[in-house]
Amino acid sequence: MAKMTMVQALNLALHQEMEKDDRVIVLGEDVGLDGGVFRVTDGLIHKFGAERVIDTPLAESGIAGFSIGMALYGLRPVCEMQFSGFDYFAMHQMESHAARLRWRSQGRFSVPMVLRAPCGGGVRALEHHSESREAYWAHTPGLKMVIPSSPRNARSLLISAIRDPDPVVFYEPKAVYRAFREEVPEDEETLPIGTSQIVREGKDITLISYGATLHPTIEAASELKEKHGIEAEVIDLLTISPLDDELFTASARKTGRVVVVHEAPRSFGPGAEVVARLVEKAFLYLEAPIRRVTGFDIVIPLFQREQEYLPGVYRIVQAVRETLNF
Amino acid sequence: MPRKEIDLPYRVDHLSILDEEGKLDSSIEPLIPDEVLLKIHRTMILARRFDERMLILQRQGRIGTFAPIKGQEAQIGAAAVLEPDDWLVPSFREMPAELWRGKKMESILLLYGGYNEGGYVPEAVNNLPVAIPVGSQTLHAAGLAYAIKYRKQRQIAMTFFGDGATSEGDFHEAMNFSAVFQVPVVFVIQNNHWAISVPRSRQTHSKTLAQKALAYDMPGLQVDGNDVLAVYAGAKEAAERARAGGGPSLIECVTYRMSMHTTADDPKKYRTEEEVEAWIKRDPITRFQKYLTAKGLLTDDTIAAVDAEVQSEIKAAEERWAQQVEKALDPLDMFAHAFAEMPPHLLAQKEELRQELAGRKKAE
Ligand SMILES: Cc1ncc(C[n+]2csc(CCOP(=O)(O)OP(=O)(O)O)c2C)c(N)n1
Ligand SMILES: [Mg+2]
Repeated sequence: MAKMTMVQALNLALHQEMEKDDRVIVLGEDVGLDGGVFRVTDGLIHKFGAERVIDTPLAESGIAGFSIGMALYGLRPVCEMQFSGFDYFAMHQMESHAARLRWRSQGRFSVPMVLRAPCGGGVRALEHHSESREAYWAHTPGLKMVIPSSPRNARSLLISAIRDPDPVVFYEPKAVYRAFREEVPEDEETLPIGTSQIVREGKDITLISYGATLHPTIEAASELKEKHGIEAEVIDLLTISPLDDELFTASARKTGRVVVVHEAPRSFGPGAEVVARLVEKAFLYLEAPIRRVTGFDIVIPLFQREQEYLPGVYRIVQAVRETLNF
Repeated sequence: MPRKEIDLPYRVDHLSILDEEGKLDSSIEPLIPDEVLLKIHRTMILARRFDERMLILQRQGRIGTFAPIKGQEAQIGAAAVLEPDDWLVPSFREMPAELWRGKKMESILLLYGGYNEGGYVPEAVNNLPVAIPVGSQTLHAAGLAYAIKYRKQRQIAMTFFGDGATSEGDFHEAMNFSAVFQVPVVFVIQNNHWAISVPRSRQTHSKTLAQKALAYDMPGLQVDGNDVLAVYAGAKEAAERARAGGGPSLIECVTYRMSMHTTADDPKKYRTEEEVEAWIKRDPITRFQKYLTAKGLLTDDTIAAVDAEVQSEIKAAEERWAQQVEKALDPLDMFAHAFAEMPPHLLAQKEELRQELAGRKKAE
């Protein structure tokens, strides 16, 4: 087992899937010689050639629509959007076609493609380079939306996404890309899409998060334990849609209190869906209003104010304590 | 019916006025007043030096990522044909044109230094803010030009974008709309040969970018984009046509990105030093200086004096930048300009953040 960053782990997943399956094609802007601006596709072109690792013209709608065509023919395109802030250009192809062709052709065709994109803030970037709009994709019937939180689960989930018979939008939290290393087994490993995980057990409150904000959430849980003796259970959603509501409703029934954490804007965000499911499935077990600790409903500010925008440990701890003191 | 050729009255010219040695083809020398020539020169030097300074500030961590413009200063030739009330619709590599159009250096530093306030455009200037989503701004120029025509104004819109941008659907839609409605817009391609790591040759199978105009039936011209006189002449022709009701034009400026794509990029990964060296020999500034010197407008001494002056201008701008940062310190201002009127949920969120910040301060 080697210790890897998320970038390296994703790179490993692509290497291994391409080796195993010649239907897998990687395409996007600067994914070839440059190896992607974050180096996720580094080295692929040398190993698999320019026919399978395609530096496309600069056109996101083109990349998505082209991938749909390949997928319809039976290939397994993994296309990259250079930043999630530019995937709006591709949204029309994904919503109008990738998400619907199975349904429209009544099962004759399918679109087994993956649309990957680095998402989220925290890296002092320019406008459009720090966005969290996973809700757009999660809101689209026919698409799956996955956001890993660590090198190991990123690798496993990307393999599952490539093998999935339906289109998967795969957001990679760029703040985690090189933030830490984790053991990633050389042998192939997959994680089922649509399954969340308990990453820390606790009995007093349930904290639900995913992607980059999982990490301050875990930190907050440690601080709550050390300073206040509060035992928080932390759940990593991993898949935003289809949302696994079994695990977190079971946890909420146990703890009676819930805080949801994400950096996407609050209104109509993934947290809103989580809360709705809890109200539907665990209402009578809840002992306090559920809190959402999120980004605000504004464009994420340029980097000088970014840290005040992003949900951090302090904001999470406060929300937990208020929920417990309700 | 036989198969026969459709007669399309179309060709693509290439215009070059100063050669690489700065020698002039005097038969096509544009008539530009001396003071304008000197102002263009001065702004080119300012842009070059400011770009160098920004690179240092970036390396020191005082500003964030930005897109250097080194080698593309001759774009000022195009901006120079605009009247003050015309519209400039830039991408993110038009700092030289923005400076020409009165953008303040301190405001540029504020933006790349990570403050939303740097996006502010003074009322007096019709410049749109930097547009990062590649190619997207070209449609805004087309719409502005339609509005100008609708209001029967004599203004024009000029939009800048890169070779890579010509692959985006938005660019083609903008070209098409502009031609269909015959609106006063000038499309200026900064063909700097690279879109990050992807060379121009992989962006399109066409021999030139100027010929993209053919499909939309609008004039297309390729100019030597490192020859500021050619850029000026090409843009002038297009602007006059637009103002006279002759509709849109496309100009491809063949130039070169001498520096990295952005400060986060390492060009060694995809292009050779030799290629860069060859283009350094075609530097737009040296060439123009040779011309101006031969014309008797500049000497080595006056060139050095201009250099010293722009350096102190940059220094003064940095001081004003520091003052503006002082005024921009309140994190709560992230909520500014969300809407004309702040809706209740944003007022509540702003209050939440205010309390959080107060609580954090107390906890420290
Ligand atoms: C829609 C969109 N996709 C991707 C990017 C990331 N990106 C920024 S600049 C760039 C290349 C642009 O090339 P070109 O149009 O030639 O302009 P240049 O950078 O050379 O000035 C890319 C891919 C972006 N900003 N917008
Ligand atoms: Mg370019």
